[in-house]
Amino acid sequence: MNYLSSTDLRTVKVLEQAEFPSKVNARNKVVEDTAKLIKELGIKDNAVLSFHHHLRNGDYVLNTIMKEVQRQGIKGITLVASSLFPIHAEMIPLLEDGTIENIVTSYISGDLGRAISYGKLKGKIIMQSHGGRARSILNGEIEIDVAFIASPSADAHGNISGVNGHNTCGTLGYAIADSLKAKKVVAVTDALVEYPNYPADITEDYVDYVLVIDCIGRKEGIVSGTTRVTRDPVGLKIAKDTLKVMEATGLLKEGFSYQSGAGGISLAVTAFLKEYMIENNIKGSFASGGITGHLTQMLEEGLFSALFDVQCFDLESIESLKRNPNHIRMSASQYGNPEVSAVVDKLDFVILGATEIDVNFNVNVTSGADGVLMGGSGGHQDTAAGSKVSIIVSKLFSSRIPVIKDRVDVITTPGTTVDVLVTERGICVNPLRTDLIEAFKEAKLEIVDIKELKEYSESIMGKAKPIEKTDRIIGLSQYRDGSIIDYIYEVKR
Amino acid sequence: MNYRTLLFIPGNNPGMLQSSDILGADGIIIDLEDAVALTEKDAARILVREYLLTFKPEGNYFIRINPLDSPYFYDDLEAIKDLDITGLVLPKASVESMAALEDYLDKNDLDFEVIALIENAMGLETALDIVRASKRIVGLFLGAEDLTLDLGAKRTKESKEIEYARSKIIAAAKAAGIQALDTPFTDTDDLEGLKIDTRNAKDLGMTGKTVISPRHVDIINQVFTPTQKEIDYALRVVEGVKGAKEKGLGAFSLEGKMIDAPIIKRALNVLKTSGDYKEEYDELLE
Amino acid sequence: MVERKLEIKKMATAGSLESNDILIMISKGEGKIDIELESVVEKQFGEDIKKVIHDTLVEEGITDAKVIAKDKGALDFTIRARVRACVKRGVEN
Repeated sequence: MNYLSSTDLRTVKVLEQAEFPSKVNARNKVVEDTAKLIKELGIKDNAVLSFHHHLRNGDYVLNTIMKEVQRQGIKGITLVASSLFPIHAEMIPLLEDGTIENIVTSYISGDLGRAISYGKLKGKIIMQSHGGRARSILNGEIEIDVAFIASPSADAHGNISGVNGHNTCGTLGYAIADSLKAKKVVAVTDALVEYPNYPADITEDYVDYVLVIDCIGRKEGIVSGTTRVTRDPVGLKIAKDTLKVMEATGLLKEGFSYQSGAGGISLAVTAFLKEYMIENNIKGSFASGGITGHLTQMLEEGLFSALFDVQCFDLESIESLKRNPNHIRMSASQYGNPEVSAVVDKLDFVILGATEIDVNFNVNVTSGADGVLMGGSGGHQDTAAGSKVSIIVSKLFSSRIPVIKDRVDVITTPGTTVDVLVTERGICVNPLRTDLIEAFKEAKLEIVDIKELKEYSESIMGKAKPIEKTDRIIGLSQYRDGSIIDYIYEVKR
Repeated sequence: MNYRTLLFIPGNNPGMLQSSDILGADGIIIDLEDAVALTEKDAARILVREYLLTFKPEGNYFIRINPLDSPYFYDDLEAIKDLDITGLVLPKASVESMAALEDYLDKNDLDFEVIALIENAMGLETALDIVRASKRIVGLFLGAEDLTLDLGAKRTKESKEIEYARSKIIAAAKAAGIQALDTPFTDTDDLEGLKIDTRNAKDLGMTGKTVISPRHVDIINQVFTPTQKEIDYALRVVEGVKGAKEKGLGAFSLEGKMIDAPIIKRALNVLKTSGDYKEEYDELLE
Repeated sequence: MVERKLEIKKMATAGSLESNDILIMISKGEGKIDIELESVVEKQFGEDIKKVIHDTLVEEGITDAKVIAKDKGALDFTIRARVRACVKRGVEN
């Protein structure tokens, strides 16, 4: 009630002595029976349920919860999962029986993606970027009924930490928007710890229930022991040339900022960059994104002032997050939400992969060479749009899979935001970036027209037969701002 | 052409062959010998042919054939004689095997360059005779793994045991005016060790090094590339010689130092390696 | 040019299952060339690969053979080389 707008304070009711509040009797949030909780939550047909993917291919939480939803006969669920992995193939029967009707995600791999591509999903699939997902949840485009938050540890009040517990995963950046906006928030944990559980990624004031289950995941699937720099000479050649590209832009100087993926070539770029920074005595401002031990080492060595971490990829980064104050947790919104100020907007360089790129520099990381869903934007769209220079690294022909196409199968990231392509047989610059073309000329860095490179690759491999699709649209490739940049079609068997 | 790096590519590996031309080496040695299993010699020959005929890769391609005392020597030569390659690497080089190779190349009217791989005691002690047995030879290449085996020496990273062999090869190569090519560094992960080993070889007089890991190419190229300071000095020497010749002077001094034939020769070598050499310099030593 | 006609006398293989390679198995046919292909790029290049195998066999003088090919993304030069090696091995006694 807004007392400030009352004109006469005499009309305001004051409590009688008998009505005075009693001492707090904290509600018990802890539940151990999944079935009972699902009932208590009152999940109805067509509800919207959300999950995060920090446990990646080791995640048991999504499967556990959704199977209980199925047992209780609830239908038509919209599954809002920040990413889906091969372990989630157990959801295929739930597509078939109608438990799951729609899927909203930023990345999908494994048999579930295959099943969806072959038309098993009754509703639609919307592919978003990480920043786009946060945007759509925070601005109410997507309304989540219940967010189930896989929690490496939680106390009885619902303080969730990703660095405590046995199945640790580090930061919980992808779950923050869900915890802020979902109507109900459930921490799902296998490590109920003493209060207070800190540092908390999500605090108790946002959490309604703490569901304790036997096991939230399997360790091997959650983090990789070490992420490896490629040893493949072709990949290393691409990485070396990428560093030359970075140098030629003139942006590789004191205070620059950097992000790269965790793929082998991208990691090799980071390794070469590290050598370069030491040799030339350059210190960077920050590195961001998914964080690996390679970057935490650079932080320790003072090569970067700070790391913005939306997701830890390995044990080393989890350790670093725990003890290094300059290793900073970042939510998906702070990372790449286009409707607010975001870290990607301050990036100088981003190094990204591509399954396919076309002559207009549109990139596909959503579907594979066979047209089947096996990826997604993740932060691809966000970083490409925000960074001063976005660089795609890819082999031109690896095992006869052509990377340059006339038109990519599914547009994930629009070519208008993609600046440079580095392959082992040539560097291409987006014609929109006349400034870069000029800078590279000055630096005597040879570039080649992407159309020419495509023709060369086709002269070696032949032209790939287009993937056969039906005319049924099964979903949409959504841009980070909510607009749609491509259709996703059912693949012909 | 001075080869700072000659990179080995296994002859029966399609993936390596198809990317061999982008790895930054001055030359490629496609290997039909040790890198190919005995049961795959036939398949490797065919694969290498198809690769070279289809891709026509730019750059300097050598093929290491099997040695004369193997059953594959002439089959290898027959399979590659019509290919557009720079040359051949003759393993287990001896006066006899070099003569046999020359004979074959003469009969078939082939102008391949030849690099002799010295990898046993007899080859080492007759290195200069091996050079003399060939009109086509452009380099002596020390194979330290097999050589130390033949010598009964222990192979170590410090490579003291091959110092004599290195020097002997270098002397024979320099006497004939051809390249001295060092043995490959076999620990693919030890890049610091590689730098030290390459510098040692260069300081003794090696002019290039063979390579078995693509990751080694850049480091070796760097060691064998003259610094800008060295190039600038060499250019000043050359300009000085040109000036002195025009004036009809026999000797001259530069920056307080007498410039004589060895210094001029060294300067010309630097320019050859750096790519700044011009044909007109040929007459400067006359 | 002399028309060569060769006959596959025994089963033979060439190539490997390494990435960028193809494993070719050849044996006596039933009066024609019969190719069974399994490839990582079957959808995009399956027809092309079969044609390369077929044409190379014909070039080598083979018109009667059963071929089983397992492809790991080999380029045409590799496919041709493996077919030729396989034929060479299969026509020997």
